[in-house]
Amino acid sequence: MRLPILTALLLAAALPLGAEPWDDTVAAARGQTVYWNAWGGDERTNDFIAWASDQVEAQYGVTIQQVKLTDTAEAVARVIAEKAAGQDEAGTVDMIWINGGNFLSMKEQGLLHGPFVTDLPNSRYLDLSPGSAASVDFTVPVEGYESPWRLAKFVLIHDSARVDQPPMSMAELLNWSKANPGRFTHPAVSNFMGSTFLKQALIELTPDVAALQEPATDANFDAVTAPLWAWYDELRPTLWRGGETFPENASVQEQMLNDGVVDISMAFDPASAAAAIEKGLLPETARAYGLRGGTIGNISFVAIPYNAAHKEGAMVVANFLLEPATQAHAQDIGVLGSFSVLDPARLGEAERAAFYALPTSPALPTLEELGPTLIEPHPSWMTMIADAWAKRYTQ
Amino acid sequence: MTRAGGRWLRGLVLAVVMLGLVLPIAAGLWETLAAAFGHLPAIGETGASLDPWRRLLDLPGVVTSVKLTLWTGLASTAIALLLALGAAGWAHRRFGPRALGRVLTPFLAVPHAALAIGLAFVIMPSGWIARAISPWATGWDLPPDLAIVNDPAGLALILGLVIKELPFFLLVTLAALAQIPVGSQMRAGRAIGYPPAQVWAFVIVPQVYAQIRLPVYVVLSFALSVVDMAIILGPSNPPVLAVAMTRWFLAPDSGLILPASAAAMTQALIVVGAIALWRGAEALIAVAGRAILRQGRRRHAWAGAARASAGIAATLFVLGLLSLAALTVWSIAWRWSFPDMWPETLSLHSWARPGAGWGLAVLNTAVIGFATTALALVLAVAWLEGEDRGGLARARWAEALVYLPLIVPQVAFLFGLQVVFLRLGVSGGIGAVIWAQALFVFPYVMIALSDPWRALDRRLLRAAAALGAGPARRLFAVKLPILLRPLLTAAAIGFAVSVAQYLPTLFMGAGRVPTLTTEAVTLSSGSDRRVTGTYATLQSALPFLAYAAAFFIPAWVFRHRRALSGEPG
Repeated sequence: MRLPILTALLLAAALPLGAEPWDDTVAAARGQTVYWNAWGGDERTNDFIAWASDQVEAQYGVTIQQVKLTDTAEAVARVIAEKAAGQDEAGTVDMIWINGGNFLSMKEQGLLHGPFVTDLPNSRYLDLSPGSAASVDFTVPVEGYESPWRLAKFVLIHDSARVDQPPMSMAELLNWSKANPGRFTHPAVSNFMGSTFLKQALIELTPDVAALQEPATDANFDAVTAPLWAWYDELRPTLWRGGETFPENASVQEQMLNDGVVDISMAFDPASAAAAIEKGLLPETARAYGLRGGTIGNISFVAIPYNAAHKEGAMVVANFLLEPATQAHAQDIGVLGSFSVLDPARLGEAERAAFYALPTSPALPTLEELGPTLIEPHPSWMTMIADAWAKRYTQ
Repeated sequence: MTRAGGRWLRGLVLAVVMLGLVLPIAAGLWETLAAAFGHLPAIGETGASLDPWRRLLDLPGVVTSVKLTLWTGLASTAIALLLALGAAGWAHRRFGPRALGRVLTPFLAVPHAALAIGLAFVIMPSGWIARAISPWATGWDLPPDLAIVNDPAGLALILGLVIKELPFFLLVTLAALAQIPVGSQMRAGRAIGYPPAQVWAFVIVPQVYAQIRLPVYVVLSFALSVVDMAIILGPSNPPVLAVAMTRWFLAPDSGLILPASAAAMTQALIVVGAIALWRGAEALIAVAGRAILRQGRRRHAWAGAARASAGIAATLFVLGLLSLAALTVWSIAWRWSFPDMWPETLSLHSWARPGAGWGLAVLNTAVIGFATTALALVLAVAWLEGEDRGGLARARWAEALVYLPLIVPQVAFLFGLQVVFLRLGVSGGIGAVIWAQALFVFPYVMIALSDPWRALDRRLLRAAAALGAGPARRLFAVKLPILLRPLLTAAAIGFAVSVAQYLPTLFMGAGRVPTLTTEAVTLSSGSDRRVTGTYATLQSALPFLAYAAAFFIPAWVFRHRRALSGEPG
């Protein structure tokens, strides 16, 4: 009598957690090298990935080889080329740092492995309820096809030695730039940072915020974006080089802030200014801040292509990235400084303590200073805005 | 046996070249062409349609991109060529060709990307030149808002290309001069009252040009299709066509692959069209030149032009050297803000961590460089030896094949080639990268080796044969040792070409084979000039070491045999 109950209890305990299949995954992963395709322009991220490789090697016998991309789309293009050549197994891309348009494109074309997120034991620390930040990627439902690993939030960075009162809204930014011509710019709109800047402005300026959560249509695009273009037509002539050319990405603009070419830069990472100061890449007086009405935030994910050669290894790495200890390490401003993707309510006391113990810096905004987090518009807005921008301002 | 054996050997080499070099390019072009007309089953597109072309024309800025491509490519090639011909007219009587060659060769070693990264820092408004004169001379506490780098007219890109191509043109000009009785022709010209510079411009230059026409087309094709340098120095909104197309190929919207393929075909047409245009200009200049000559005026202005070209060329060399120095200084800087001339604090931080990436990149770069160079060298020696043994004359049509990878723009066939490689199951590895790079390394090695090889004193071989040495022994005991210097020079050129390859490494290596070049270009889009400086310094240092080896090894081996320099003449 006792034995069946015990068995039933054990089964009940084991099955919902999926421990057994996970053990199989961990066993299969041992000895694998995971080719993680990740944008390589940020040395801190590269260092973090190298650190993660050491950790997963020690814990699971899995090594990570970072494939440094100039643009995430390179990895997408590679998977497409592999599918083109009929290489449906043993593909060269095991894991991609991805979100937004690239995720939508891969998901729609059936290029992703999954759903796999709920198979990861550490997904228990995530808030995966419908509509939560970790279950929606630019309004596209994640549906278990990508696993979160870092939180990003739009911030502006100014040098407090040169700008006392930084603009706190897009309207103030326009006035500031008119008063200080040539001292502000934004990254090229073909870069995600540049289009994020326009989206941030759109959210603040449009009369119809709700429309942004639905796919953009030809019918409503002009009406919804009209205030944006009116604002931008005024802003552009006041930009660095008269808005004729733009820095390639936010890193280049950070360098321009350091050189004194512009006074304000932007980032998708509240800790970037603190980390850059630490590394001698920005003056001590640089400060990151959020806008009064809040700024766009989103979560970066990792996804596994359908033809990845080392799916098990990639899942082990995705799971490792969700460890509370890993997330706390990543939030350290000396490391990555990116905020945790885990739901604090689901963490134990000891796990939360690791986050409280992290160092702080004057360049690092507090959560209050950052303001509320605004949800990303549907990716079709980004695509259409980027296209419309290119049509309007490219000769 | 040797004659038939020689034919067989050259036939084999030709087969290898056809299969390994011509066929992949043709197949790559074919796949790209198919995609340009709407056929790419991989993304669910089949059939022939003109839709990709319509979409290409609808892409914003595409017309400007084409104009910019033609302008930067033609202007940079023309300026570099004119400066080289002018500067050579001033320099050839003052320096021996060998001394000048030794100064110039290391310049060839510098990869385009490294030079571009360094040059951008030297000339930008917040760069080294501005820092040197600020604020004391300019009053700039903050850098001025001037469009110097990434300027809409592409002037910075033209400057970068000219700095890079000028030494190459000077070297081929000097090599061509060796084939012309310059001294006697100059004396003849002067005897009838023409100033030397005018004799140079109207008598020597046309003969030189006839010999360097093919390298000129190679440079023109390269300048029209360059990607890495154009990303760093060129206009950005819109960029030149090659950069725009690379972006479309890699865009998240995979539907852009079709118009990108159409752009790749456009790129090929641009190169063909530009070469045709150039030929037309050649004919016009020849007519004009003869007309001027017939007037018989003795003009001294040409001397000024030659001196001016030499002066400009020297300035450009200094700018090139400053660019390289800038890379090295950045690599040891910690904080360095405007308008400081030197870093506030120095640090070996980025050098101290080979594990952070540059260790692996150096290793990959060296392995790929050695492998491609060895492959290309063996193939080139086999080709030339086959000619010798078969008693065959140099086959112009076969040599034209060698130039194929240099004339056809890389972007036009690399995407298609990637699909072909994938179908063969060879993508994503170092092997695929070695193969793809060998396509571009072999031509340079072949070109560098063939003239010294054919200039070898045949009496030595006849003497060896008379002493009973068979063809194998003649090759290994006589030819190769005598030709050690040109062999190593060809190898150094091949190695430098391999190190500089960007697109083939990126496409064929599936991005999984990080080399110094791919990493340097990636990092140049980041904010940390110190790390970029480290990679770019290493990227220039490796080929430089190869050239140094090519110079010092024969000097040491032949230290007791001065006549065995292995150079013609």
